This record gives sequence, structure tokens and C-alpha cells, in this order.
Amino acid sequence: MDINTTKLLKQGTIKMSKNLIELRNLTKRYNDMTAVDSINLTIKENEFVTLLGPSGCGKTTTLRMIGGFEDPDEGEILFEGKLLNNVPAYKRNVNTVFQRYALFTHMNVYENVAFGLRVKKVSNSEIDRRVKRMLKMVDLEGFEKRNVDSLSGGQQQRVAIARALVNEPKVLLLDEPLGALDLKLRKEMQIELLDMQRSVGITFIYVTHDQEEALTMSDTVVVMNKGVIQQIGTPQDIYNEPINRFVADFIGESNIIEGVMLEDYKVSFDGLVLDCVDKGFAPNEPVDIVIRPEDIRIVVNPDEGMIKGTVTSVVFKGVHYEMIIESDTREYLVQRTMMFPEGSVVGMNVQPADIQVMKRGDMPCSVEEEEE
Amino acid sequence: MQRRGRGRIAYPYTVWMAIFIVIPLFLILFYSFTEGDIHNIKDLKFSLNSYKKVLEPIYLKVIGNSFVLASISTLICLIIGYPVAMIIANTDVKYRNLLLMLFIVPIWMNFLLRTYAWMSLLSPNGLVNRFLLWVGLPKLEIMPGKGAVLLGMVYNFLPFMILPIYTVLSKIDKHVIEAANDLGGNSVITFMRVILPLSIPGIVSGITMVFLPAVSTFVISGLLGGGKTPLIGDLIEQQFLSSRNWHFGSSLSIILMVMILISMAVMSRIDNSPEEEGRKI
Amino acid sequence: MMQKAIKRIYMSIVFLFLYAPIIVLIVFSFNKSKSRGQWGGFTFDWYIDLFKDRQIREALYFTILIAVISTLVSTIVGTIAALGISNMTKLGRTIVLNINSLPVLNPDIVTGVALMTLFISMRIELGFVTMLIAHIVFSIPYVILAVLPKLRQMNKHTAEAALDLGATPAYAMRKVIIPEIMPGIISGALIAFTLSIDDFVISFFTAGTSATNLSILIYSMAKRGVKPTINALSTLMFLVVLILMIIINKKNDKGEDIII
Repeated sequence: MDINTTKLLKQGTIKMSKNLIELRNLTKRYNDMTAVDSINLTIKENEFVTLLGPSGCGKTTTLRMIGGFEDPDEGEILFEGKLLNNVPAYKRNVNTVFQRYALFTHMNVYENVAFGLRVKKVSNSEIDRRVKRMLKMVDLEGFEKRNVDSLSGGQQQRVAIARALVNEPKVLLLDEPLGALDLKLRKEMQIELLDMQRSVGITFIYVTHDQEEALTMSDTVVVMNKGVIQQIGTPQDIYNEPINRFVADFIGESNIIEGVMLEDYKVSFDGLVLDCVDKGFAPNEPVDIVIRPEDIRIVVNPDEGMIKGTVTSVVFKGVHYEMIIESDTREYLVQRTMMFPEGSVVGMNVQPADIQVMKRGDMPCSVEEEEE
Repeated sequence: MQRRGRGRIAYPYTVWMAIFIVIPLFLILFYSFTEGDIHNIKDLKFSLNSYKKVLEPIYLKVIGNSFVLASISTLICLIIGYPVAMIIANTDVKYRNLLLMLFIVPIWMNFLLRTYAWMSLLSPNGLVNRFLLWVGLPKLEIMPGKGAVLLGMVYNFLPFMILPIYTVLSKIDKHVIEAANDLGGNSVITFMRVILPLSIPGIVSGITMVFLPAVSTFVISGLLGGGKTPLIGDLIEQQFLSSRNWHFGSSLSIILMVMILISMAVMSRIDNSPEEEGRKI
Repeated sequence: MMQKAIKRIYMSIVFLFLYAPIIVLIVFSFNKSKSRGQWGGFTFDWYIDLFKDRQIREALYFTILIAVISTLVSTIVGTIAALGISNMTKLGRTIVLNINSLPVLNPDIVTGVALMTLFISMRIELGFVTMLIAHIVFSIPYVILAVLPKLRQMNKHTAEAALDLGATPAYAMRKVIIPEIMPGIISGALIAFTLSIDDFVISFFTAGTSATNLSILIYSMAKRGVKPTINALSTLMFLVVLILMIIINKKNDKGEDIII
């Protein structure tokens, strides 16, 4: 599923106004490792927020603190302005879709979905009505008596979602909910989840390490690394204007080049001076420059390009060709729909707006073991 | 927080373990290194005498007997049991459970009754001898004696050899065997190089499960050995129940535990060098 | 073809070896003659003797009573302990599990004399209570070993899912965790029950003279010589086991999992 379709789906999104959840200086340590390091985040009503990052970046821990399964060491979690820290998990008005679903294997589909309502001592007729409605919504009508072990991964996923949503929570937490599904099913479920979020009109907080998933589904993406929030923004912001090298590297493939900001709107690298749209750096400040592979245009005549290079590798990727073009100083990753044969010498051009200049961060990141 | 809290519910059992598992074993260790009146703690003093007593020839012979008889019976169980396990593993799934059941049912029968059954079979006028007489063979006078004890051990513990070996064999991926055949191995080579090494874990646990009860038994030797071939188990029983020499009984118990510990260490060695085991069969 | 025949013959000999003594016992339990090899005609006398025997009735009573109580206690305590152990730190868990496996690995005779030493040192008179405690001591480790794998298999988020859906910790335990690990609890209880019914060695050292179970009684009777009433008793016990096995296997196609 391409991004455009889902963006269209999302245009009907109900306005998001009220702050629903606020995280203030939230910190969690395991022994001497800081899993979540003093993060601040505001989540609005009806927002689809994705916590994105490599494993071990603290995204799951953050989600578990909101769900009430981990106690923060420092900081506050506010829910509708009220402190949530000391409220046990079973009293919070949030529900979770767990990794690998955590369905109750000794109960059938119906009883799994009915569990939360039975706990709340809802009347049997009411339970029946709501469970049936929920199963219809997740397309599992007729599966009531089935054993959850006999369901496919995608069906188990739907049961897990129905089991959470039937309680009509204000917030649904999803911890890598599609991680165990194959690619095709994952794409389908992404659309379905978005549909559900719009139709029930509640906040989704979604954890994933899949950047494409994050960009496809979210209103807001929160990129995390080593327990620290790197960037918060719309998918477009995150993709087009990564704030630092980590975000640029993690979101999509890109050419990241070390350079120097000469003055406002002028950046230099490899002896070239290029126009750009960034400003506000100190004169001659060292910076990282991001150029997305699809933003490099190729001209046949090498002399018409800003950079001259030789094509060293061509791989067909379905929609486009991915080429590596070697200049005198470095390799560029380029994606174009037109193919240039290996060995040909070409010129490359980049528009000022496609050059993203970032402050030099303390990269590179190391991918650590996830706490899970 | 919740996690650590849940760990706490194991504490009462930890205390229970300390009282009924750890302390009793320490008491045995304590009595093995002391001598004096067991009912008067003040009278007890450190001594190695009970260990010295173990080294006396008559007792050494008992320990040796236990070890040899247990080893032989374990070996016989392995030789009889391995083919049985293989046959069951290769049987059609339909009949496999039935075959297994047939091996399990005797285990469920009281151990003493199984041993008692042989008492009546092997007695001088028992059925075995009547049968031999009828065929014209000489009488079998093994009971009471080592032969009968050996037979009792094999009879009682054979299923414990078969079941673990079967479990391992049944889990071997059939494709592995096909691959061995495909690579040119005939059935002997396939067995020696593929099936046998893969079944070592089953053999090891089978040997442990037979050797351990065999070396420590006193019932089988008591009933079928007629007191002629006392084993270390009989000695321990006597020290605690009739002779009332807890110190000697305790050091014998410690020796028995050490013997088993060493055997298990040896077995885990074999587990790591499958070639050795191959030659035994 | 040839191979198949050899296999058949081999299996038949092994089965003959395993079952011949049992069959002989059963047949001779109906033998009028007291002799071990002589058939003196059919009789039910030994069964009648058996039921008249007060000693045997008493031993049977103690055997069953102890098996029931020790199974109940060890299943409950073992399950709670397993729940706790699964939530312990790695070091704590390793220590507890190692000590827990001592009664499983130690020869019964060592466990028996060690417990007897403890009871006598503590001036507790040997009898019903000490035998019961001993049975609980050696049963709990098996229950723990049966329940722990089920806890490990359970999705680690299952308990959290219940809390997430509004269940209090107690409700989650009752309605989710216990039912999820029920197969482990049941097989633990079955193991505990059969071990208790079957135990001789540990009972022998901890029972003293005031309480006797069937195993101890059979041992003392057998030591004094072969008695036809034992044949009758064996036959009945064998039948009970057989019927139990058939019921369990009918109920659960994977019956052998429980027993092994």
C-alpha cells in the first residue's frame, strides 16, 4: 500500500485538540542502564502517535509505563491532567495490544473478547451485544467458538485488537502489533488499523521499529534512540527535514555527507559550494548534509552536473533503479526510474530545497539489545 | 514492583526446603564426621572412624558389589532396551502409543509386587524350574543370589532405559536419516554415524535412570538376594534401622552420593564424546 | 520380511519377560493350592482372606489417605512456589531450583535416612505425620518441575493483558494464570499421587511402627515368604492401575506425556 492512499484515508481525521496524555521528564532505569531518559511528550485526543526507533531505544519501555506495567523512576505521566503514576494497570483507562497478542489460550475467541467486560460485571446481554459488534468490526463473525490457537496470525491479531477495543478505552497502546505478520498481511492490517482508529475515534499510541509503517500510519512520529527523543513531527517533517544524522539515517536511505555551513543558505562539501534553504548556523559551522537518493537528478552530459561520477552498480527495485555513483571523493546512492548502465559517466544535480542541513550530532548510534 | 512482589510468594517454600531438604543432608554429613551417642549432642566429637570403617575389606566388597551389579544391569538394560526403543520409534504411529502403554503399565505396578513376582517364579520349586525340568534342562538355582538380584534389577528398570531412548529417537528428523542414505551411507553406517550419536542424550538419561536406583536399592537384594549379597543400600538400612550406627550409615550414604555424583559426571563426559559410546554396543 | 519377523519375535520375548511374572501372579491368586508351582483348582479364598485381613485394610487406608493429602498439599504449595520461582532473579532461581532437584536426584534411601535423622533429632516420633511430611517433601519438587515449563511457555504478557483489561491481580491469577498452567498442575498432581501410592523406601524409614502403608506391608510379608494373599492383592492393584491408565489415555490422547 503506498503512502498516498493512506494519506487520503486520513483526511477525514477528526480534529485533535485536547491534550490527553502528557509525559514529563519521564525516566526509567534498569540497574545502571537508562532505558528512557527524561522524555517529554504531549499526546492529543484522537491522535495517532508512533514511537519509532531501533530495538533498545526505549520505545517499548515508554509504552509500558503508560500502560502501567513499569513504574517510572522519575517524572510524571498525566492523563487528562491527572497524575497516573500510582494508578495500577487494571485501573487505567487504556488498553494494550501486546506483542504476539498474549491471547488467553484456555478461552475461545468470544471469551477472550468478553474478558474485560466480565471483569467489569457488565450484564450478559450487554456483553453479547458488544462482543458481537466488535467481532463484526474486526471481521471475525462466526469465529466466536473457535479456539484462539487454531487461528492464523492475522486473525489472532484481530482478536487482540477486539479484546482491547471492546472496553472502549480512551487510548489504545499497540506494541509492535504487526511484527509477527508477513509483509502482505502487515500492509493490509495497517490500513485496517487506520480505519479502526478513525471509526472509533480514540488515541492510538503505536510502537514500531519499521520506519515505513510509522510514516504510513501516523499523525505524529516520535523518533527515539538510546532512551532519548530525537525528533517529533509529522511523517513529512521527519522524512524531509530530519533534525540530525540519526533520524536521517533511520528514516529511509540517504546520503549523509559531512560539510561546512559557510553562511546562511550556503553550504560546502568536497570543495563544492551549494545553495540551500537552511540558515541560522554559525559561520563555518561543521554540519551534516542529507540528500535523499530520489532527490539526486542525473544528466547524461557529465559537464551539466554539479557533481561528476561513474555508475558502479545498478539494481532494479521494481519502481525504480537504485544506482551507486562514485565521484572523485565519495559514493552516492541514487534512485531514478531511468537506468544508466554501469560504467557510464554522468552528472548529478540537487535542488537547494532537497539539501537538508543538520547540526552535527553525536553519532553514530549503536543498536543495543532490546529489553524485551 | 509487581514482579519482585510475586517472587516473594516462593519464600515459604524456600524455608520448607531449608528445613526438610538442606538440614537433613547436613545432618547426614555431620553424623558421618562424628562419633558418640547420637542422642546427646554434647557427647559427639569429630572423627573419621566411620569413614575408616568403610575401608574395611568386607564393606569395600559390598560397595564394589553394588557398583558392579548396578553397572552390569545397566548394560544389560541398554543392550535389551535400545533395539526395543528403535522398534517402537519405527512403528506406525497408530500402534506406537499402544506399544508404549504396554511398557508403562508394569512401571505403574507396585515395585515390590514386581519383585515379589520373581520370588515366586525363581524359587526352587517355582514355575521357572518346573518348566526347565519339563524341557529336560538342569535346575536354575540363582535365587537367592547375585543372579536373581541382577534379574530383578533388569526387570524393574528396563522400561526406564527404553522410554528416554525412545523419546530421543522419535524426535530425530526422518529427513536426517534420508539425507544419510542419500549421501551413500548403508544402514550400518547410518546407524553408527547418525542415529546412534543423535540418540546419546537418551542413552545417557536412560543409563542414569537405571544405574541410580540400581546402585542404591536394598529391596531387590533384600528379597531376591536373601542376604547373601548385601549391597550398599542394605548396609545403610541396617545401620539406621537395626545396628543403630548412624555415623557409619551416614558415611555410607555420603559415599553413595559421591559415587552417584561421579557416575553422573562421567556420563555427561560421554554425552560430549559420542564416539566412545558407539563402541560399547 | 525376514527383518520384520525378527523384530516381532524380539518384541514378543521382551513382552513375555515383562508380563510373565504379572500373569503368573494373577493366575496363582486363584489357585487353591498354597504351593508355588502346583495348580490345585480354582478358588476365591485368597480374595476373601484379603478383605478379612485388618492389617491390609489399615495399610490401604493409610496409603490412600497419605496419597490424597500429600497430593493436595504438594500441588498447592508446588504451584505457588513455581509462580514465585518464575518471578525470582536469575541467581535466586538457580539456587532454589538446584536445591529443589536434590530429592529428585538423590537416591530414595538417602532422602529416607536423612529425613528420619531429622525427625529423630528433633524428637518427633515417627508415625503417620512424619510419613505424610516425607511424602510432601519428595512430591513438591516434581510438581514444581511440572508447572514451571508451563509458566515459561505462557506468553510473558498474558498476565499483563489481564491486568490491562481491568482484572485485579487476584482475578488475573484465578481466571487467567491458573487456567493457563492447568495442564502442568494436573500432571504435577498425577505424578505426586502415583509417587506417593508407590513409595516404599522413604516411607519405610519415616513411618516408624505406628503407621504402615501397603508397600511396607508387602515388604514385610514378602520377607517372611510367599503368601497367596499377596497374589490376590497384586492382582487387584494391577487391575486398578490398568483401569486408571485406560481412563487417562481415553481422556487424553497424549496420555504418555503425563506418565513419562
